Amino acid sequence: MSIYLDKNSKVIVQGITGREGLFHTQRMVAYGTTIVGGVTPGKGGTTVPKSADGHGTLPVFNTVADAVDATGATHTIIFVPPPFAADALYEAYDAGIGMAVCITEGIPTHDMLKVVATTKSMRIIGPNCPGLVSPGKALVGIMPGHVFAPGHVGMISRSGTLTYEIVDVLTKAGFGQSTCVGIGGDPIIGTTFVDCLRAFANDPETKAVVVCGEIGGSDEEDAATFIKEHLPDKPCVAFIGGRSAPKGKRLGHAGAIISGNFGTPESKLAAFAAAGVPVADRPSEIPGLLTSRKVEKSLITV
Amino acid sequence: MKLMEYQGKELFRRAGIPTPKGVHAKSVAEAVEFVEKNPGSWVLKSQVMMGGRGKAGGIKFADDATQTQTLASELFGKVLKNEQNPDGEEVRSLLIEEKVAIESEAYASITIDRATKKPVVIVSAQGGMDVEEVAEKHPDAIVKYWIDPAIGAQAFQARELAFSANLPVGYHKAFPKVLAGLYDVFMTYGANLVEINPLVLTKTGEVIASDAKVELDDNGVYKNPELNAWRNDGPADEDQAAAVAIGLGMSNYAKLDGDIGTIANGAGLGMGTMDAIRNAGGSAANFLDIGGGAQAELVKKSYNLVTSDPKVKAMFINIFGGITRGDQVALGIVEALKGDDVRKVPLVVRLTGTNEKEGREILAAAGMNPVETMDEGAKRAVEFAKG
Repeated sequence: MSIYLDKNSKVIVQGITGREGLFHTQRMVAYGTTIVGGVTPGKGGTTVPKSADGHGTLPVFNTVADAVDATGATHTIIFVPPPFAADALYEAYDAGIGMAVCITEGIPTHDMLKVVATTKSMRIIGPNCPGLVSPGKALVGIMPGHVFAPGHVGMISRSGTLTYEIVDVLTKAGFGQSTCVGIGGDPIIGTTFVDCLRAFANDPETKAVVVCGEIGGSDEEDAATFIKEHLPDKPCVAFIGGRSAPKGKRLGHAGAIISGNFGTPESKLAAFAAAGVPVADRPSEIPGLLTSRKVEKSLITV
Repeated sequence: MKLMEYQGKELFRRAGIPTPKGVHAKSVAEAVEFVEKNPGSWVLKSQVMMGGRGKAGGIKFADDATQTQTLASELFGKVLKNEQNPDGEEVRSLLIEEKVAIESEAYASITIDRATKKPVVIVSAQGGMDVEEVAEKHPDAIVKYWIDPAIGAQAFQARELAFSANLPVGYHKAFPKVLAGLYDVFMTYGANLVEINPLVLTKTGEVIASDAKVELDDNGVYKNPELNAWRNDGPADEDQAAAVAIGLGMSNYAKLDGDIGTIANGAGLGMGTMDAIRNAGGSAANFLDIGGGAQAELVKKSYNLVTSDPKVKAMFINIFGGITRGDQVALGIVEALKGDDVRKVPLVVRLTGTNEKEGREILAAAGMNPVETMDEGAKRAVEFAKG
C-alpha cells in the first residue's frame, strides 16, 4: 500500500502540450505512472509523444470531461499558468476527478480560498508543489524519480527541492519510502501535513514518517500535535528549513496574531519536542535519527 | 503589495466604508490650497508604509492655511524613523483629513488563516494601539470569526462579533455595513490583509475608518490592473525591485548580513542552503530562489545580482533539479562567468537531480567540478570565504 497514489491510479495531464507539461509527462511515463492522456483546450483529437524518443503517443482532449469519459482517469496533474489554474481545478472537480495535483506557482491566494471551499470532495495536492510519488508504483509531479526507492518511510514536505535533498539522503542510507508528498508552499493549500499524517496512520506499509517543515505558519505545530495523539506506533523525525533566516522577514502583522508565538523555529522545535519527535539539524542526520528510533532499513525490490 | 493609507481609504470608500473627509496632497501647495478653501481643523498625516508614524513625528494638526504651510513644509521630504525602521522612510505626500472628536476606538481586520483555509475576521474594542500588543496582554479582548468563502460575510456574523467583542453600543448599528465593506475590499481586490485601526466612534455617533491598512496578494493584482498605477507610488523594497528587475519573483531574493552568496532552486532548498552554511560555521549573504524551471539566462542574471553585493566573498550554487533542469543551470553558470565585466568570486557548485549528467558534463567541459552534497558544498564555500 501507499497513500493517495498507486499503480492503479489513472492520470491525465492538464496543460499536456506546454513545454513543462510535456517534458514532465514523458518523465512520469518513464517512471511507470499510468498516464492515460492530457487536456489542452483547442488541441483535442491530436496526440503527443509518450516518450522523448518518440515511442507511443498519448491522446489530447479538449476538456477534462472528455478525457475522463474516454480514459476513466482518476487523477489529474495541472501545469496550466496561474490565471487559469483555478478554472482547471474547478473543471477537474466538475468532471469527477478524485485527486488533483497542482504544480502551478503564483496562483492568486483568493482563487485557492474559493477552490478549497467549494471542491471539498476532491483531494488537492498543492498548489505550488512538486507533487507526490509512491516509489516503484507511480509518480505524479515534477520530482526527479531516480532519487526515490520503495520502502516503508512516509515523507511529507512543504518544499520541493528540500524533499529531494532528504529523500536522496534516505535512499542512500537504505531507507526506502512508501509515499512522499510535497504539500506545497502557498498560503492556501489543499492537503496539509495533518491530512497526510492521517492517511499515513492508516497505511500499514508506512512504518515511520519524516516531516520536512519550514519556518512560518503553524503547519509543523499542528503536525506535532497530531503525531502525539494519533501516531503513537509510527516513529516520526522532523527537519525545519530556514532556521538561520533572520526574524520578521516575511511574517505579516495580523498574521502574527492568529498564530501567536507560532511560526518561529523555536516554537516548532518546542512543539516537536513535546510530541517526542526528534528534529535533525541537517538533512544528513535524518537516517541516524530514524535508526535511533528503531526504524529498520528497508529497500523493497519491485 | 502594500497600499498607503490614502489608497486603502479609496478602496474603503468604493466599498461603502465611511472615512474622514479629506484630500491627498502631493505638494505643500496642494495642502495649503485645500485648507484655504476648506477652513477648519485638519490633521496632516504623512503617507508612509512604516508603522508608528505618529510617534515618529509624521502626524501634525493645523487650524489654518498658515499653520498648514509651516507644518506641511516640515513634513514633506522629512525622513521618519523609529526603532522598527532605523533607515527611515521619506514623506512624499500627505493625507489632509478632518479632525474628528473621538468617543471610542475599536479594531477590525480580515486576513487569511492558513490553518483553516478561511478568511478570519478579528475584532477588538481596544483599538488605536498595536493589535499584537493587545493580543499579548489582553487575549480576551480579541475576538475572531472565520468566514466560509462559499457563504461570504453575513450581517448576523457582524452582529455576533460586535456583541462578543463588547463594542460600545454606538458601534452596533453601523458595524454590519463596515464589516460587509471590509469583506468586499478583501475579496474584490484579493487582499492578504485589510485592517481598520482605529475604527472610530465619534462624539456625534458616526462610525469612521480613521486609518486603513491594506495588503494585496501580488499574484492577484492582475485582476484589477488599475491598481498597478499605485505600485510605484510607494517606496519599493530594494530587494524586491532587484528581484523583479531580473525576472525573479518578488520575494525570491533577500539580502542578508553574511559573506557567502547563495543561489538555490526552491525556497525550501534556498533556506536549507543558508542553514547548511551556518552549520558549517559561515553566514549567507543572501537568499535567492531561482524558482522552478529556470533557464540559463536567469541563472546568469542571478549570479550577477548576488555578486553585485560587495560583501560576497564566495558563492555557493546549490541545485537539486526537479522542474529545474541541471543542464540549463550549468549553461547559465558557464555563460555568467564568460564576460570580463563579471565579478568572479570563488564558486562552489552542487548540481544533482533532473538532467544532472548533462549539467555535470557542461560544467566539466568548462573546467568546473561540482561537489556531491549540500554539507560538502557549504563547508567548501565557508573555507573559500575565510580565504
